[in-house]
Amino acid sequence: MTDLPVLRRVGPLAGFRAPLALPALPLAAALFFVASLAWAQTRSAPVGESAAAAVLRWAPLIFGGFLFNVLVSVLSMAVGTALGFALGLLLIAPTRLPRGVGWALTQFFRNAPWLVLLFYAMFLLPFELHLGGLEIPLPSWAKAVLGLSLPVAANFAEIVRGALQSIPEPQWSAARGLAFGPLQTIRLVILPQAVRRMLPPWMNLYAILTMATTLISVVGIQDGLTITRAAIASDARPELMLPLYLFLLLLFFVYCYPIARATLALERRFQVRG
Amino acid sequence: MAHELGAPVVVLREVVKRFGDYPVLSGISLTVRRGETVCIIGPSGSGKSTLLRCINGLVPVTSGSITVAGREVNDAALDPIALRRDVGIVFQQYNLFPHRTALQNVMMAPIHVLRQNRAEVETRARELLAKVHLTEKADTYPGELSGGQQQRVAIARALAMSPKVMLFDEVTAALDPETKKEVLVTVQELAAEGITCILVTHEMGFARRVADHIYFTDGGVIVEHGPPAQLLEAPREARTREFLDKVL
Repeated sequence: MTDLPVLRRVGPLAGFRAPLALPALPLAAALFFVASLAWAQTRSAPVGESAAAAVLRWAPLIFGGFLFNVLVSVLSMAVGTALGFALGLLLIAPTRLPRGVGWALTQFFRNAPWLVLLFYAMFLLPFELHLGGLEIPLPSWAKAVLGLSLPVAANFAEIVRGALQSIPEPQWSAARGLAFGPLQTIRLVILPQAVRRMLPPWMNLYAILTMATTLISVVGIQDGLTITRAAIASDARPELMLPLYLFLLLLFFVYCYPIARATLALERRFQVRG
Repeated sequence: MAHELGAPVVVLREVVKRFGDYPVLSGISLTVRRGETVCIIGPSGSGKSTLLRCINGLVPVTSGSITVAGREVNDAALDPIALRRDVGIVFQQYNLFPHRTALQNVMMAPIHVLRQNRAEVETRARELLAKVHLTEKADTYPGELSGGQQQRVAIARALAMSPKVMLFDEVTAALDPETKKEVLVTVQELAAEGITCILVTHEMGFARRVADHIYFTDGGVIVEHGPPAQLLEAPREARTREFLDKVL
């Protein structure tokens, strides 16, 4: 036997335990939430709606806003992944010009603050796109998706470059020796091996993006954070700030924590052989 | 091995290759005819592997001329893919694709490069695996095969393109003595079938059995060449004698 990794098609994740069944961290979070409710109750007027009832009243709206964050994150990730993959291919181009263009774009968008890119996308993109005779309206959520996808693309491009280059040179030589063209080599030989290495950092990037989607509340889009702030303002009960923000935090936590666990499980899995 | 030798298939004229200022090949000329088996021997670092990789254009040459089946390799307008359809290469480290089974490794290039019919390719791939004595390993992944088995799959994979020339780059150097033999037997069978083969090897006994002609290289030049019996037993050059004394 050799030390070659055995790369079968990936089946269901062995050794990946359902993350919500893991007690310690979610339990601590729940306890913290209950404590914040109790604290808010001590600050509330003795008569009138309890803190718990107020949080419960706002919860569905905040949850709806949070789902919008998730939608934006999924769309931004899709656009960012597609753009980032193309950019990653530019980064390993054999000729200097495309490589330079790819490098400049990647460095620019990787080292720019996400919020500033978001502002740029919101205020520089028009309300409508004119393609031939066609007028495509560009709502603000679509502009936000584009704005967030730019730093995602730049970060993913580096992940793609690193993963493609991590496949040993002899694999490229072998493919070239069999008369595969450059794109065939990547698609048939390199990418299937590199995807395993891209997946964990890609998921990590997605979790970061999901949390960064709350930036869109700054540019006036009704997301989970906007709704939470509106709720606190409209009740004029500052003590609700603690449990309401914590509720929003927990929604993100419950969504992103399993992704982090799965990322770790995948990393461990791919480390075992190869 | 005695064959009816045909027209020249691979012709090198004054091939020079430098990596930066470092000369690897300093004017190599050789001719390989159809059906011929040629071995290239020489000390490590004498540019033997580079020479092979120049023939299928994996390494561009600095100057000189290489023609393969009438096609000039040292030409900016060369279509490297068309060239490599005619030239199969087998590497020292096998370089199988670890995410594909043995059979799939053999089938990939004919399907994706030659665009041949999948069912026909599979039939032929199974025949090739039978030829390298690996019928029962068709659905096994490379990581589960021994080095010798992987190397034989790599040979079948190169043969699947029906190349006009096969290049073997120290194909047994990474193998233990037992598995070495199974690969050498396979190569010997191919040579006996009349497939044009160029081998870089350190196996002198094997070179003697299989080669029609042996080239001895040192320092980026061909020091001498000749039929195995003459070159191995009555070398004319002192450097050849010195080398053979060390390895035999």
